[in-house]
Amino acid sequence: MQTIIEVKNLVKSFKSGDSELVVLKGLDLSVPEGQFLSITGRSGSGKSTLLYQLGLLDNPNSGDIKIDDIDISKLDSDAKTRFRLNKLGYVFQDYALIPELTALENVLLPLLMQGESMSEAERKAKDSLIRIGLGDRMDNIPSKLSGGQQQRVSIARAIAHNPKIIFADEPTANLDTETSDQVLDAFIELHKQGQTIIMVTHEKEYSELTDRVVQLSDGKIISDIMNNRKK
Amino acid sequence: MQISTTQKFKNFLTSIKLGFFLAYRQVRGSSIGTTALIVFIMTLTFLNLVVVRGVLVGLIQSSTDLFREKYAGDIFISTLPKKTYIENSPSIVEIVKNMPWTDVYSVRYVESGTVEGTYKERIDFTEDANIANGVFTGIDPIKEQETTDIASMIIAGSMLTPEDTDSILLGANTLKKYLPIEAPGLLLLENVDVGSTVRIKVNGNLKEVTVKGIIKGKGAFDDRVVILDSVLRPLIARNDYNVDEIAIKIKDGVDPLVVKQALITSGVGENARVQTIEEALPKFLKDIQATFNLLGNAIGSIGLVVASITIFIVIYINAITRRKFIGILKGIGINSTAIEFSYILQSILYATMGVMFGLAILYGLLVPYIDANPINFPFSDGILVAEYSNTLMRAGLLLLATIFAGYIPARIVVKQNTLDAILGR
Repeated sequence: MQTIIEVKNLVKSFKSGDSELVVLKGLDLSVPEGQFLSITGRSGSGKSTLLYQLGLLDNPNSGDIKIDDIDISKLDSDAKTRFRLNKLGYVFQDYALIPELTALENVLLPLLMQGESMSEAERKAKDSLIRIGLGDRMDNIPSKLSGGQQQRVSIARAIAHNPKIIFADEPTANLDTETSDQVLDAFIELHKQGQTIIMVTHEKEYSELTDRVVQLSDGKIISDIMNNRKK
Repeated sequence: MQISTTQKFKNFLTSIKLGFFLAYRQVRGSSIGTTALIVFIMTLTFLNLVVVRGVLVGLIQSSTDLFREKYAGDIFISTLPKKTYIENSPSIVEIVKNMPWTDVYSVRYVESGTVEGTYKERIDFTEDANIANGVFTGIDPIKEQETTDIASMIIAGSMLTPEDTDSILLGANTLKKYLPIEAPGLLLLENVDVGSTVRIKVNGNLKEVTVKGIIKGKGAFDDRVVILDSVLRPLIARNDYNVDEIAIKIKDGVDPLVVKQALITSGVGENARVQTIEEALPKFLKDIQATFNLLGNAIGSIGLVVASITIFIVIYINAITRRKFIGILKGIGINSTAIEFSYILQSILYATMGVMFGLAILYGLLVPYIDANPINFPFSDGILVAEYSNTLMRAGLLLLATIFAGYIPARIVVKQNTLDAILGR
């Protein structure tokens, strides 16, 4: 299977006064296309930081990241924004929806930015919401939706423009078990259709649902297991 | 990942379209009270920009209008410097009369002199006489009435008729009753009113006359002593009919400069000074006009700065409280141009609404009201000057200032690190 993400010797550190805190200490990682990968680890292990580097939301101090055969370090800020728009999708822990926009409007934003006409963007956004089971909540603003519904809108927004990879940062952290299961079901369904997903989670029961589990500790990969016993 | 210029332009258009989308949704979701307050501030700012300057300029504009309407006309012919009268006046008057553009005109003799009141009651000759200095203006009452509607300026008594050879009209500024001020060297008549007998002295000649009326029109006649030209002429020994001033009102739609040029071409310029009303305005009026214009612009500029700061603060607070959502938008691939444009559009919306309300108040209420009820200033009836071109220019300035004031804070917030904005760091 073709490799979609190739990471070599990735280092990320943060300055705190005079001292420097190294969060990622020379990570190497390769992700094939279509894989559902979970990154786990204790709090402060660097899992979210890794996701932000892979998702082009942050810049590493050193190391190489190639996504879809493109060297990310060579892209300027505008090119990275375009890359995120066209190739990546995001699901954040706190849903990250725009409060004054309806579910439909939140989902069609990236489509409009891609230059789609309003009617075409609406059609795709509706398809995406229906696909995620929110066909009857399209005109609700986020505050009129439950946490689970908001997170599913967020997933619909992430998949509407057919991204190469979806990055999900603790997507179930703010949800109850039943709603979390629904969100994970949505991811599994997408994965079955060939979607590459990289998910940060600290919940073992959800990581066990993925193809591969990468465990971080103190900025290093301490285990990288293919999950053959996937539920 | 290099993109072509055409693609860049397409991306720009897409960003603008999305900016509209975001701005509309944000305004739709914002509080009506807050929006109304911002629009109210913009309305006041616009009115401040236009009205303050309009009143200041209007003060002088009305003086200028009065000077034209009630004294000098559209073209003013006067004596050349160092000459005491307009030589060859009869032929000049003939030229004026026969010009196709002349509507009406008035010919005047002007000479300084004194008016002495209550001289018959004077007992103590060690005290100063009850005297006022005055500029005697000899007129043809019918011609003058046609040209300046002089009768409308009479506040007491009545207008001179061609038979009033022993009467005068006194300008209100020669009487203490109407100008109750004390100033060194200023001589004003006391206890003189309509019906009083006064003694005039012009060119050394004395004549006893009766005050037939008092003129007060906030114009040049307020300082004059008006007398029939047929009476003044022998007193100043002007038997050659050479006059001092000719005020001409031209027909509607005629360019005063064309008339002036025609007069000069006819040789009038050799014996007299020919000026349009703008050129003939007293220097102090021109100076005040320039000063008030400057003052109006200065006050307007302060208003513009205040409006810019208001919009800056509004947009900055708006953007900073929405920093997380701006981060999310950037995170999911919405480019900076679209986000910044959405804030610029909001600024434009606030400014445009403010200008629209301001225009409605200005032309629907203030201008018609002040036209109907001029502000009563001592030296003029103040009007509100708000020419469309000037008003539109100021509206444009306000719009431009708010675009910058909206763009800068949006730019500051949009430029912040995307991840820090999303995570609220």
